Amino acid sequence: MPATLPLFLTLLLPIAGGGVLALFGHRERGPQINVAFSFATFASALWLTAEVILGTPILGFEERFFIDPLNAFLVALTALVGFTTSLFSQPYMRIEREHGKMTAPRMRLFHSMYQLFIAMMLMALTTNNLGVLWVAMEAATLTTVLLVSVYRTPASLEAAWKYFILCGVGIAQALFGTMLLYLAADRVIGGGEGALLWTHLAAVKTQLEPNILALAFVFLMLGYGTKVGLVPVHNWLPDAHAEGPTPISAVLSGLLLNVALYAILRCKSLAEGAMTNGLAGRTMVAFGIVSVVVAAFFLRRQRDVKRMFAYSSIEHMGLMTFAFGLGGPIANFAGLLHMTVHSLTKSAIFFAVGHATQRAGSQLMDDIRGLLQSSPTLGWGLVLGSLAILGLPPFGVFASEFLILTSAMRQLPWATPVLLLALGVAFAAVFGRVQAMVFGESTQPPLPHRPALVPVFVHLGLTLMLGIFVPPFLNEWYQQAAALIGG
Amino acid sequence: MHALLNQSINLYAAFLLIVSFAMISQRRILSLVHLYTTQGVALVLATVTVAYLTSQPHLFYSAVITLALKVFLIPIMLHRVIDRLDVRWDIEPLINIPTTMLIGIVLVVFAFNLALPISQLSSSIARSTLGIALACVLLSFMMMIVRAKAIPQVIGFLAMENGLFFAATAATNGMPMIVELGIALDVLVGVLILGVFMFQIREQFDSLDIRHLERLREE
Amino acid sequence: MNVSTTGILAQSLEIALALAAAPLLLGWVDQWRARLQNRSAPPITQPYRVLRKLFHKESVVAGSASPLFRFTPYVMFGCMTLACAIVPTISTDLPLATAADAIALVGLFALARTFIALAAMDIGTAFGTMGARREMLIGFLAEPALLMALFCTSLITHSTSLANMVGTMTHRHYVLEPSLAFAGVAFTMVSLAENARVPVDNPATHLELTMIHEALILEYSGRHLAMMEWAASLKLFAYSCIGLALFFPWGIAEVDSPLAMLFAVPVLVFKLAIGGVLLALIETASAKMRIFRVPEFLATSFLLAVIGLLVHQLLES
Repeated sequence: MPATLPLFLTLLLPIAGGGVLALFGHRERGPQINVAFSFATFASALWLTAEVILGTPILGFEERFFIDPLNAFLVALTALVGFTTSLFSQPYMRIEREHGKMTAPRMRLFHSMYQLFIAMMLMALTTNNLGVLWVAMEAATLTTVLLVSVYRTPASLEAAWKYFILCGVGIAQALFGTMLLYLAADRVIGGGEGALLWTHLAAVKTQLEPNILALAFVFLMLGYGTKVGLVPVHNWLPDAHAEGPTPISAVLSGLLLNVALYAILRCKSLAEGAMTNGLAGRTMVAFGIVSVVVAAFFLRRQRDVKRMFAYSSIEHMGLMTFAFGLGGPIANFAGLLHMTVHSLTKSAIFFAVGHATQRAGSQLMDDIRGLLQSSPTLGWGLVLGSLAILGLPPFGVFASEFLILTSAMRQLPWATPVLLLALGVAFAAVFGRVQAMVFGESTQPPLPHRPALVPVFVHLGLTLMLGIFVPPFLNEWYQQAAALIGG
Repeated sequence: MHALLNQSINLYAAFLLIVSFAMISQRRILSLVHLYTTQGVALVLATVTVAYLTSQPHLFYSAVITLALKVFLIPIMLHRVIDRLDVRWDIEPLINIPTTMLIGIVLVVFAFNLALPISQLSSSIARSTLGIALACVLLSFMMMIVRAKAIPQVIGFLAMENGLFFAATAATNGMPMIVELGIALDVLVGVLILGVFMFQIREQFDSLDIRHLERLREE
Repeated sequence: MNVSTTGILAQSLEIALALAAAPLLLGWVDQWRARLQNRSAPPITQPYRVLRKLFHKESVVAGSASPLFRFTPYVMFGCMTLACAIVPTISTDLPLATAADAIALVGLFALARTFIALAAMDIGTAFGTMGARREMLIGFLAEPALLMALFCTSLITHSTSLANMVGTMTHRHYVLEPSLAFAGVAFTMVSLAENARVPVDNPATHLELTMIHEALILEYSGRHLAMMEWAASLKLFAYSCIGLALFFPWGIAEVDSPLAMLFAVPVLVFKLAIGGVLLALIETASAKMRIFRVPEFLATSFLLAVIGLLVHQLLES
């Protein structure tokens, strides 16, 4: 079947990559194989996306997989960031190996788990079955747990333990929410596998029992919200980002959080259809605002650079949750745009930060100095990335934040000053730190290998382009997806 | 006969609740694993009974998977981890045992109240046991919080998953097969990873006391 | 109050049976304990011999004892006899039963406990006070558990009168009731504690560190001691019969069927025999626990009883 071939390839390639790299990941060519598989995945994802955008939504393999404009662009984004991160991890991991922090078995683990992680996220994005979505999300956590602790320091062990336990507990709540959804569906369309298929549920969402849906949505919000990093269930996020290797921080921030938010969105559209009191939207708005404010204030107190940017991720995910909670075409469009640009920009920042910390030999911001002097491209990459993520025009983040704030002013006026204040606090904190890191004298030795800076600038370039000009097909794409989210 | 089988589901549910309480009050880690195994057995029996009464073949397969996984595989893996790490006792939990029991009773009442509207809407034959399933989940969650060693936390996690599985059987006569397979796989891989993890923790800290893992705090 | 001749007959027969059979039950349990511990067993009539010996001995009372000390044994004996009279052991047609229900029964036991504790403290020795303190601790924790267990069954039978409970239970359809199982286990644990059995207290010890019940009766001798010992065996008999009445009520004669009482007596003997063996088994298989663990033990029994209540509310109502 021509339509499902790209789907099949997109899912199969990373799984095959994981298998191959489990055997050969530690070889000299290991990172290159990783890049090759990621590129192949990216290519087939682009093919898949083209099929969906130019044609119709795909229902594949007896309705088990479903690609519509909403997850099509997420699939493409995931594959893209997966590819560029693999490009970045090539020299990065080689340097780590030189420094003695990575051994051969750990490289094998890293590469194979990386591919499996991408595979699980793509599976979560493309599946039509809400139960399989849950399974894939849990599997994505499992693949990265051992990676967070790969350096075997006490701090990284603690981070991985917290990650496992907190995300596990959270996702157990999501399982309960899924069961409640199944219960609601059972009453309307009978049991069996069809009752958990999103397309079937979306068709009958107005008939689903509102009480069950309300309870289900709360559990799903708490459960998947743990993986999105919403306050107050965000505790695992800063530690996991800070202690794991930088490519993992990049994909966690850039991809996993997005996929978890996507899961919430799918459930939200069902909940909104069933309930008439807008509880789903208001819950999301509440979580979003709290996350933004708390993250912004914690940002100021960080001394570790990766922790700081982890809190920045929490802040931005909160902003996105807020936008999707508001609902309406503009807010949804802004949320989707923000998902894209945040993913690109945050991963770019982590690329730059990764190399910066490698040069300095430490993750504390006080130890990193004079990046512009010692490595201009790295310094500029970090400066531009930070400015981009803080919402400076003409980068894409400015556009999406502007749209979110204007929708907030229209629909929820009291939230706007709160958000502006939080964003301002974050701006001051991050910019102050980054300034200290890039300017001044540098006493650090150069890196043994050339840093991978092409991905940084590719991402930043894309973000810039999206800020100035959204190409018509993307525009169309976002609008279709926004309409699908509803609200 | 049918009525008797129907009531036996209640019996299994009550047994699950008792085992959850027993887990909270256990001090020996080996006994925890045995209790977990008996929980698995009760789960299998309940699933088989529901499968027989509702004539749903996929529940039989699900029961077989549960048997293989939770009564044999996972306890064997846990035994091996315990043997190699040589852990026996968890002398002092963070709150003393009578207090945890009293908190447990409060949680049970809360769970029963929460489950009441849901079980009224369900059409499953075991719907009245949903409250007990939720109570088991909450009790396991409390066990995870009050324990200071790694392995009881892990067993609490697994017991929580048992409770959720029972809730699925109680509320909706089980989930679709593919989902249950996926969940079983996740649990298996999770335990494997945790096993590996224990060794890493032990290697680093020479102890499995979770309080060593509380250094990362907000400055 | 409907007092029929069969009722009076049943009542007196019960009291006589209790008085006669209670030491026999104790002897049976002791015999089985010895057998299980691979010792040569005393004859089953040993408690009777002990009682006869004690009745023939002179009762020595300390000079500082008050009248309370002297009449406590009689109070104890009276309470326990009354308790045995209320519990339907062979028949539910008991005139005295309408005056007392399960809660009053618990109150009777509490009364007895108060008197014995006061009497133990009366002389002023260290053993007595220590025993009284420990006894009150156990009683304080055991009473709620006992009440909960009784409430569990009374919720099922919609009555707190033991006679009604027995009547309802024997006539129900056979139903698997987890709540009864919980209440049963809780009741067993409480009776172990209240009757001073292993694992809570060793009835054969006189070590200062470990004795509870023995410490209370340490000062008594002669006929007072005989009454106390008899009262203790009556207490065990009463608890066993309560347990049988609540959880295994089949065989007890109903109202207006005096001939069924003839059948009820062997059934009772049979059930008590099995119960005695089980008690001996439990005693042999458990180790006596530290006194600081006893609150945990009783908290567990309370918990089980409460769970039984909750489970009943959830599953069976």
